[in-house]
Amino acid sequence: MAWPAAPQEDGGTPMPDDGKPNTKRLSMIVTKGSLDWAYPPFILATTAAAMGLEVTMFFTFYGLTLLKKKLDLGVTPLGNPAMKMPMMGLHMGLPNLAAAVPGVDAMATAMMQNLIKRKGIASIEELRQAALEAEVRMIACQMTMDLFEYTLDDMIEGPVLGGAATYIEAAMSSDINLFI
Amino acid sequence: MANQILDVKGLNCPLPVLRARKALKDVPTGGTLQILATDPGAAKDFEAFCRATGNELVASTAEGGVFTFVIKRLA
Repeated sequence: MAWPAAPQEDGGTPMPDDGKPNTKRLSMIVTKGSLDWAYPPFILATTAAAMGLEVTMFFTFYGLTLLKKKLDLGVTPLGNPAMKMPMMGLHMGLPNLAAAVPGVDAMATAMMQNLIKRKGIASIEELRQAALEAEVRMIACQMTMDLFEYTLDDMIEGPVLGGAATYIEAAMSSDINLFI
Repeated sequence: MANQILDVKGLNCPLPVLRARKALKDVPTGGTLQILATDPGAAKDFEAFCRATGNELVASTAEGGVFTFVIKRLA
């Protein structure tokens, strides 16, 4: 499997361009890889694409895990004081000491996944697939791939490799630039 | 009668808008798409979607927890 290598002779990968003069663009840097943080980038990207924007997503650091073939995203209540889940009619949080107990993360993740399914919210896999179909441009940070020793084989088809300059170029011509 | 009916009852943001966008592709210009949804945020979302894509939200009604939207494809 081959991702196109990043820099071409002119120093950049081509920007998406549908040729229409009024097209708006959205660029975003995706830096987080937990289940809760995976939603904002994909929801924004797919919705923007549905509304006619050209979207570029730059996945770096923990955001890179969102491009893995097999997604294994979790949440933890540990150090997450705002995480209060609807339980038994109330919104309940967990003290850090309890959240640190082995197995509690897995439980919190399972509960979150359950809640998501029950409420009819799309899975990350589904949103990611929708983004690819909507031709959202996904760039994987080359540096982070090296840093965390990920191989192309770990990742899905579709994204291209790139560096900071690739992102900056996209951001320069985008109307909306987000850091998530 | 609408050219197409899209049922997104039970689905939440962003699925109603995403599915609608896909369904609209098969609606001829000037034709309409009827959408049934339960997502309370869908009303505002479809207003914004129509404004941004140049389509017309012809109708937006609610009855017993089910929202019905009719979008006319202009673009």
